[in-house]
Amino acid sequence: MARLANWLRLAVLAGAAALMAAPSLEAVAGADLPKLERGKAEKCVEDTQFMRRNHMDLLKHHRDETLRQGIRTTKHSLKKCVECHASEKTGSVAASKDDFCASCHSYAAVKLDCWDCHATKPGKKPVQQAGQPATSPLMASTPMEGKQ
Amino acid sequence: MSEPIKQDTPAADGERRTFLKAGAAVAGAVVAPGVLLYGVSQARPPEEGASSKQRWGLLIDTTKCGGGCHTCVDACNAENGLDGKTGPQDPQWIRKVDIKDLRTGYVQSLPMMCQHCEHPPCVDVCPTGASMKRADGIVLVDRHICIGCRYCMMACPYKARSFVHEPLTDQNPEVPRGKGCVESCTLCVQRVDRDEQPACVEACTAEGHQAMIFGDLKDPQSAISQALKSVDSVEVRADLGLNTGVRYQGI
Repeated sequence: MARLANWLRLAVLAGAAALMAAPSLEAVAGADLPKLERGKAEKCVEDTQFMRRNHMDLLKHHRDETLRQGIRTTKHSLKKCVECHASEKTGSVAASKDDFCASCHSYAAVKLDCWDCHATKPGKKPVQQAGQPATSPLMASTPMEGKQ
Repeated sequence: MSEPIKQDTPAADGERRTFLKAGAAVAGAVVAPGVLLYGVSQARPPEEGASSKQRWGLLIDTTKCGGGCHTCVDACNAENGLDGKTGPQDPQWIRKVDIKDLRTGYVQSLPMMCQHCEHPPCVDVCPTGASMKRADGIVLVDRHICIGCRYCMMACPYKARSFVHEPLTDQNPEVPRGKGCVESCTLCVQRVDRDEQPACVEACTAEGHQAMIFGDLKDPQSAISQALKSVDSVEVRADLGLNTGVRYQGI
């Protein structure tokens, strides 16, 4: 009897786990997820799931190492992120709301201030190109400046 | 004992000389790539940080600096993405300063920028730690934690720092700049880390003035150390005891 009870308990647990897993998967598949312009990026330097959760920590760690210690490795550098992920349409990671950074960040409602200072486009761009949006849509401070 | 020497005919001796010459030529050929390899290996690998074994500095010869020449300023602006305006609220990393002896009328011209002090007053006064000195002596602003209080601008005796008042776009990817932060000459840190010279020095040399020498002050063999040993150079405001990395000759 005890063995049967154990089996039953296991079966119930397995069923519960399956039930819990299934709706979450469905929810993910059915949710209105952001559509990313991945750019020319084929394979990231880290696993995608890891990057989704940890890219901000990697970038923050790397920025301090680069600026304060002069360590200029490229694996977790923002410049390299931009080089790979710049959209083929806009040439930027944050010019339109479908671009790589902008799409997820507007979806998650997390304001980015990287692009107040950092270039959103790879390569040297000393003069502003005509026809391109002047600032990122994520720079919430931009409309305010017009009024001041 | 002397027999083997006698056997050396003049012809054989001549052969040996040609062999030695050839050997020397081969050695020379080997040395040239060796020198190249040495040059490459001097560049710091990217995973290695700036080291206190070096201290970067500049020697500016004001007798060679051309009055009315703005090549260094233009090169700086192009490299770092400054627009070149010189209004009271426009960021300027290098200023060309003309000084005139009022009694004699003798005019000198010199570029004035961040002097990369050993004891920088801007670092002393910064309330957040954003103003900092790297291990190799380059004084920088960490814009990530700069709150734009401008205390460092007041502390700097050289008026070297500027505040960015307007939002910027299309920055150079290597030189992030933005509104609300203080900034100044970085000694082109992005170039120095690649083992290149600052843009102003390169431009001055290309222009033919050769008024600026950049190099490692702690390396006794470097061109700047050799020059400093042989010419009379001064710090601007030496009375403050800041031990600047930028020194001037001829003022």
